[in-house]
Order: sequence, then structure tokens, then C-alpha cells
Amino acid sequence: MTTPTTLAQKILARASGRSHVAPGEVVTCAVDLAMIHDSGGPRRVEPILQDLGVGLFDRNKVVLISDHFVPGDTDEGARILELTRAWAKERQVAFHDGEGICHVVLPEKGHLKPGMLVVGGDSHSPTGGAFGAYMFGVGATEMAGVLATGEIWLKVPQTILIEWQNRLSDGVTAKDIMLALCGKLGMDGGQYQAVEYTGEAIRALSMQERMTLSNMAAELGGQAGLIAPDETTIAFLEKAGADLGSLDWASLKTDADAPVLSHHVFDAASLVPQVAAPHSPANSGPVTDAPGTPIQVAYLGACTGAKYEDLKNAAAILKGKTVASGVELLVAPSSAQDQSRAARDGILGTLEEAGAKLLPNACGICAGYGAHRLGEDVTCISSTARNFKGRMGANSSKVWLGSPFTVAASAVTGRISDPRPFLSEGAAR
Amino acid sequence: MSARLFLFGDDIDTDQLAPGQYMKGGIDELTAHCLEGVRPDFAGSVRSGDILVAGKNFGMGSSREQAAEALKKLGLAAVIARSFAGIFYRNAINLGLPVLIAPNLPDLEDGASAALDLDAGTLTLVDSGQVISLEPLPENLKALLADGGLVPHLKKRFSRERHKEHGQCA
Repeated sequence: MTTPTTLAQKILARASGRSHVAPGEVVTCAVDLAMIHDSGGPRRVEPILQDLGVGLFDRNKVVLISDHFVPGDTDEGARILELTRAWAKERQVAFHDGEGICHVVLPEKGHLKPGMLVVGGDSHSPTGGAFGAYMFGVGATEMAGVLATGEIWLKVPQTILIEWQNRLSDGVTAKDIMLALCGKLGMDGGQYQAVEYTGEAIRALSMQERMTLSNMAAELGGQAGLIAPDETTIAFLEKAGADLGSLDWASLKTDADAPVLSHHVFDAASLVPQVAAPHSPANSGPVTDAPGTPIQVAYLGACTGAKYEDLKNAAAILKGKTVASGVELLVAPSSAQDQSRAARDGILGTLEEAGAKLLPNACGICAGYGAHRLGEDVTCISSTARNFKGRMGANSSKVWLGSPFTVAASAVTGRISDPRPFLSEGAAR
Repeated sequence: MSARLFLFGDDIDTDQLAPGQYMKGGIDELTAHCLEGVRPDFAGSVRSGDILVAGKNFGMGSSREQAAEALKKLGLAAVIARSFAGIFYRNAINLGLPVLIAPNLPDLEDGASAALDLDAGTLTLVDSGQVISLEPLPENLKALLADGGLVPHLKKRFSRERHKEHGQCA
């Protein structure tokens, strides 16, 4: 009988060429894929590669995505994008330019597969874990090392199992799960180990919702945020054109009796919409307990907050409504593909009729970029992943986090609001 | 030689260390704004050899390594914290900035003089003589730091490999 192991151990054993790896061991892994973007990518890694006097370990295993300085509306941003484009041409790597945010574009274009060991030059790289890949973020020097050698060291993590039983109620989403978890476990609750989501509520979620869970494993301080692949995963990837070959995806799971660091169990059915008060995702609690703080900006954007389904949820609230006076609703769809789909389905029209202003498919103000950075003393509710002080604009600005439902409802009322009354009102119509 | 301690609290994030609005500029600009949101005089008052001491989850947030690079640029001898965010920790070592975990860090005085002994893994307070023990670094990271970070470490490795190839050809 073989020793029961976690999903993380299975992936890392394969990537390190061993039959078995134990938590705590330091192993060197072969990297199956490296993802870089315009901020931490070419402009930072090329000088290091030149210094080392080497090229890419395998240009077919490198994907470059521009999303931070898009649309290049400053001289410096435009220069960085130019450099990024020239590098893509010279190094002959797969390049998605202005097509959306890297964490959303990577799986959407079929680059990810369950069981892969993937390194990303961005902290929200755990997003790839939604597809059963062990994906984690690194800085530019470490990425340059990966591009030069095709290898990276890891300390085999323990697994923190997070189980959500039963189903989420209407108006409650993956973002609410994550804000609740940040509050309960804290921003270091993941201890740089592998977080793995499991349970009926998780299996019932779409891939885009699962991506929000894995993405925000970063906010829990986990190295990776895994979800074992199932039929939902495979259907998404086949549609995206991923070459799955004869992949035995069903074996990629944590064995029932595998030792884990901790196993948390929560009830999805009793979860209500959550908001996180400034300046931490861990300052979270039920929206019903939050003061109805007035807002001036409502932001639907970033890799966790403006995917197709996020836009669809916001539109369910905003249909036939208009944004409150004195409130600016900004929408930066996560990818061009999601934006066209939302346009085709009338979702974009609904948002625009309600008064939304459409912004480029880029990281935008979530990462502190662009002309719409928050001004002095502005209060914003945002569907993004983090609300650190000064991140989205002036140090005096205040950012609340909530689901796209909650952001949309708050845009209509002009204050932080529970979205559920809007949904039942819609259902009654 | 003793250093001054600069104290910070828990959860210092990368937007404090390397604010997003200065990311398109160079490292010098970022360094000048390092931690200004929590301590406006920090970049101006820290001197080469000083030590930053923080609470838990230091460096949480973004993967931008300028967060660690700015601290190195300011000349800090080391960062000591109750715990570090994983990506920041890796970035710091890769850039040759010593980062040391002290899970049971006692209350310290801002500006106190202390002597760091990296080999012994201790921080000694000059006034009281109190010795604070730091978690030893794993062997692979010790080797990285000893070489001055990942780039010099890889240069050594590549040069070894080239020599080996030449050796085989001869």
C-alpha cells in the first residue's frame, strides 16, 4: 500500500522527479510553465539574463502577458510596454498583449493543465491552483533564475484543508467565502503552506468562481491555493483549447487519510455577503453588521472582481437601475474575451445604461495604476482582492471590499449595502 | 559594531515598502518613499548597517521585489520579524538581504543599539546585554546569502558548469 499523500505532494513529487516527497523537505522542481507580466517581466528579468549571459531555458514554456501598464497612458508606461513587446518578439515567447489580466488570460488561452508546476511573476499566481496546478508567485530575480535554469526550489508544504459544506445561498459568492476566511484565519493563516479548498459548495462552483478562491489564497498568506480537478475543470480547459492528452486528472487529489496541518469546516448555506473595512481584507464581517458608509467610487475590476460571471452578477443588480448621484461606477473587465462575451449577452449594456464607465482590460487602480487612482479622502467599495492603505490611490482614501453583487448594490444606494434585497426584488418582478 | 533598531508593527505590506504609484520609476525613487505611509522620516533617517525589526507577516501583499530591494538599498543589515510573508522572504534572500525569524521577539525600544551575529543567529542588545535568538536559516538559503544572492550564486554555478564542460572536452 502506498502512503496517502496530499495533492500538493503528488504534484511536487512528479515535478522533482521523486516517487515521494514529505512536508518540510527542500526539493528542486522542474518548472512546466513560467508566466510573466509587463511590470515584473522583461524590464526586470532581461538585465539579469544578460548579466548571467544565458537565454531562456525553453521559450515554449514561457508566457508573457501585458496587464499592469496597459493602456500605456503615461510616457513611462508606454515605454515599458514598448520594451515588453520588443522582448516578446526577440525571445519568441507566447505573448498576450492588452488581452486582459494575466491570471485570467493564462487559463482562458489554454496554457494551464492540472498537475503542472507553474511559477508566476505576480503574487496572485495561486489562481492557477483552481485548475489543479501548483502555481505560486515569485519576484523578478527569482523569475530570472527560473527563466535561466528551468528550475526552482520549494519547501514541500503541509496542506491546510478548507472545507465548505452545503451550498451558497443566492447573492453569496466566492468573494464572500474569501473575505470570511481572511477574517477567520487572518492574513497569515495560510502560513505559506498549500491551502486546498474542498467540499460540496466548492464542487458546485464554476471555474471563474473557483479562480477567486485560489487567487485569494494569497490574501491568506498561502503559497498555493489548490482545488482538485473535476469534470467542471476539464470542461473549462477543453473549451479553452488546453491539450490534456491522456492526463490522469482523477488521480490528482488529496487522499482521504493523508495527514494535513489543519482541516477547517464551514457551512456555506449560512454564509451571508461579507465586506472588509479599510485597510485589510481581514477586517471582514457580514454586510448586515457594516455601517451604511457613504461611497463615492464603486469599482468592479481586477483578476478576482470583473470576470464574466462577476459582471453578470453586477448586472443582475443594476438592471433597470441607475447609479446614485455622486457615485462613480468604474468597470474594468478582467479580460477582452470576458468583455466581448458580456457585450454579446447584453450584460455590458446593462452596466453602461446604469451609468458605469468602462476602463481597459488591465490591473488598473487595483494595482495603483492609471488616471482613476482614488483621490484624497475618497471612499470606495471594490470587488478586488486587497485594500491596503494607499494601494488604490491617496493614503487618505478608504477602500472597502465586497462581492460584485455588493459593489453593484452599493453603487445604486450610494452607501455600503446588502445586495440580497435587490435580488429578491428582481425575482419578484 | 552596533546598529540601531527601527521598530515596526504587524502586517507591513509591500504597498508600504514600495508604493504602486512609484513603481514605474526607478529603484531610487521607490527607495525614497519606502515605508513613508507608516513612518514618513524612515528613508531619510535610516543609516547603513541599521536593522529593521517588525511583528508578524512582514512583507505581505505583492510579489514586487522592489519591496526588499528598497530596504537593501537603504543599507539595512537585516530585517528581523516574528514572521514573514513567503514571497517577500524569498525575494529578500535572492537579493542578498538577510531576513531572520524571531518567533519570540521581546518588546524592544525603537532606536536601541544592538549587535547582530548572523553566524551565531543572535541579536544582542547593547544596553541590557539581552541576547535574542533567531531561527537558523535552512542550508540552501545560507548558501544563497553567502554568495550575495541568487544572481551571484547562479554565476558561480554556471561558471562551474562551463569549467566542467571544458574539462570533459580536454
